Amino acid sequence: MSIALYRVDDRFIHGQVVVGWGQPLDASFIVLVDDAVRASEWEQDLYRMGVPPHMEVIFASIEEALRRLPEWEADRRVGILLTGDLDTMAKLADGSNRVGKVNIGGIHHRAGRSERLRYVYLTDAEAATLRAIAGRGVDVTAQDVPTARAVPVGEFT
Amino acid sequence: MSELRGVIVSHAALAQALVSAVTVITGVDGALLAVSNDGCDSGALAARITQAVGAGPAVLFVDLPGGSCLTGAVRLAKGKADLAVVTGVNLAMLLDFVFHRDATPAEAARRAADAGGKAIRVPAA
Repeated sequence: MSIALYRVDDRFIHGQVVVGWGQPLDASFIVLVDDAVRASEWEQDLYRMGVPPHMEVIFASIEEALRRLPEWEADRRVGILLTGDLDTMAKLADGSNRVGKVNIGGIHHRAGRSERLRYVYLTDAEAATLRAIAGRGVDVTAQDVPTARAVPVGEFT
Repeated sequence: MSELRGVIVSHAALAQALVSAVTVITGVDGALLAVSNDGCDSGALAARITQAVGAGPAVLFVDLPGGSCLTGAVRLAKGKADLAVVTGVNLAMLLDFVFHRDATPAEAARRAADAGGKAIRVPAA
């Protein structure tokens, strides 16, 4: 089945991902792509705590993800790939040509960002990054949970 | 030993509802503080928890055994003897906690987990 959801969410693994998306998609594995988390066993243990035993969690650096994306896409199981920021997802999309859709699931407030949706705050540069990803033919939408409307990138950037 | 503070870290308004319920039932006010993860990235949630904990000592009660509330709480408590974390918060464990706050955070966390677990039953219909 491969990767059913490419999601940007600065909380990484949490309830919306494991339950909200994981249940309806019947996801069996999660790929968390982040260089810092990949380098920290302690952080990895922390994220594993939020995942039921039947769900595999794979931690990957950006470089590892680019190398292993074909393997995950060929997996017979359903998977979810997470990044914590837009730059990481942009690198995966640019470097692999395998990312057809990107889900913006949660980018929260910090200095310099303004509210675009209840769960999406972006700087102007981040909005431009999103438009650039979409401009390369990737379907970019914001949708925190499956029951919500998928908001097209043009409506929040 | 100073009395422990309890900080409930939850999704949405669950924490505040639990604080209100404990106050209504026990009449004890100020022993518990509520933190919601609404609208927070990890940094903002850490700031909220840090502010609620204050100078400590404290027990952090988290709603789920995984997710952003847990990661925020565990990151803050890592390596600190004056903080302990309990997951799966429920009303029963909080009612026990507010009357047993003269303990170390680790002791209070174990006692709360025990009280909360004992409250989960399946009564005969």
